[in-house]
Amino acid sequence: MDIFDTFLNADVMRRTFPMLLQGLWITLQLGAASIVAGLVLGLGLAMARLYGPAPVRFVTRLYIDIFRSIPLLVLLIIVYYALPFVGLRLSPFLSAMGALTLVSGAYTAEIFRAGIEAIPKGQFEASAALGLNGRQTMADVILPQAVRIVIPPLTNNSINVVKDTALASVVAMPDLLKQATQAQALAANPTPLIVAAAIYIAFLWPLVALVSRMERRFSARGR
Amino acid sequence: MSGFVSIRNLRKSYGSFEALRGIDLDVAKGEVVCIIGPSGSGKSTLIRCINRLEGFDPASEIRVDGTPVTTGRALAKVRAEVGMVFQSFNLFPHLTVRENVMLAPRRVRRTTRADAAAQADRLLERVGIGDQADKYPGHLSGGQQQRVAIARALAMEPQVMLFDEPTSALDPEMVGEVLDVMRDLARTGVTMIVVTHEMGFASQVADRVIFMDAGQIVEQGPPAQVLSDPQEPRTRNFLGAVLNH
Repeated sequence: MDIFDTFLNADVMRRTFPMLLQGLWITLQLGAASIVAGLVLGLGLAMARLYGPAPVRFVTRLYIDIFRSIPLLVLLIIVYYALPFVGLRLSPFLSAMGALTLVSGAYTAEIFRAGIEAIPKGQFEASAALGLNGRQTMADVILPQAVRIVIPPLTNNSINVVKDTALASVVAMPDLLKQATQAQALAANPTPLIVAAAIYIAFLWPLVALVSRMERRFSARGR
Repeated sequence: MSGFVSIRNLRKSYGSFEALRGIDLDVAKGEVVCIIGPSGSGKSTLIRCINRLEGFDPASEIRVDGTPVTTGRALAKVRAEVGMVFQSFNLFPHLTVRENVMLAPRRVRRTTRADAAAQADRLLERVGIGDQADKYPGHLSGGQQQRVAIARALAMEPQVMLFDEPTSALDPEMVGEVLDVMRDLARTGVTMIVVTHEMGFASQVADRVIFMDAGQIVEQGPPAQVLSDPQEPRTRNFLGAVLNH
């Protein structure tokens, strides 16, 4: 049997492509929603971790460490299969988004914290001496500078979130991977899996290249 | 009668090290005070306590224009009235020179953008860098950056200006331009407390020179007296070392 007929079968490709596009759309929605929610959660956690009262700092640290330790697949299965036992039944989309957000938030919090801690103490002192309050200092002085530092690692984290959306297929989420496996079963041919892989790469490769370029430019500027 | 800035029994410790060991100081409105002394003598710590960049012993008391330097609302009021210039400038690198000067009036005083911009341009003109307003701090020389920092502090129209070794990080050829701006400022009647190693500036501009050592005020008086005819052996040693090297 010809290898092209098996893995890159044009006829199968044509028939299953609409399914894969539907899956891609869901993957992108899930990825985008989880990234945005993870950023908001992460910024809040970073603020609590840095500036909260001692018990809040302790709890935040605990949260961050736990959610960076738990395998995402385990968390996802707990959210989808275990929470219904306590009456919390979430749709596949919300389960996946919840699990992705909880984990992404923990990583994002550490990225924001590192970015804020990289800003020289003199910036905080100058802001305080001018009479800016804590919120103004963050919004006008610290975060605009920290954001430039954290964009490469945040982009990296976002790439990971999009890749991890594929795990949602185990909770019957019709994402790109799930559609591809179904299309493969229908066509009795693995071509849709190869096409799905190509689609993931096509979307994420430019982002990976962008991060490398930003990191190179960053180290070249020597900050 | 206590001064415009009044400091009573100011103490501060880092662990077992006593950085300030009971300072009493009154500075009158419009007075220019220069604080000199060896490094580690506590002079920077002293002025950083005045706007509470450093916390201090709760039994100590600092007042600025009658307002106690504590926390919360009172501290916000003090900080709005007290400007500060740092050794390392601490300009905001992501904002243009003009935006650096505009930020605090906009946020703290709620000045309109147009008014803040006009005021910033006036102040930048006054410190001699009106033509650099649209540049970023990183593109200016050290002396220019420190003059921007002075303009930024003046934008809040402070009653008191604190200078923490404002020329120590500058190349020698840029010290003069910053001291000139400070000299002009002293003539306008702003109360100034200046930590400095510039003895020439202290002798020409200060109303009073304070010599500190080991967390205490050792000697103070008019510059002619303290700098030319010091009474205390520690002052004499320090001035001998500084002036004869």
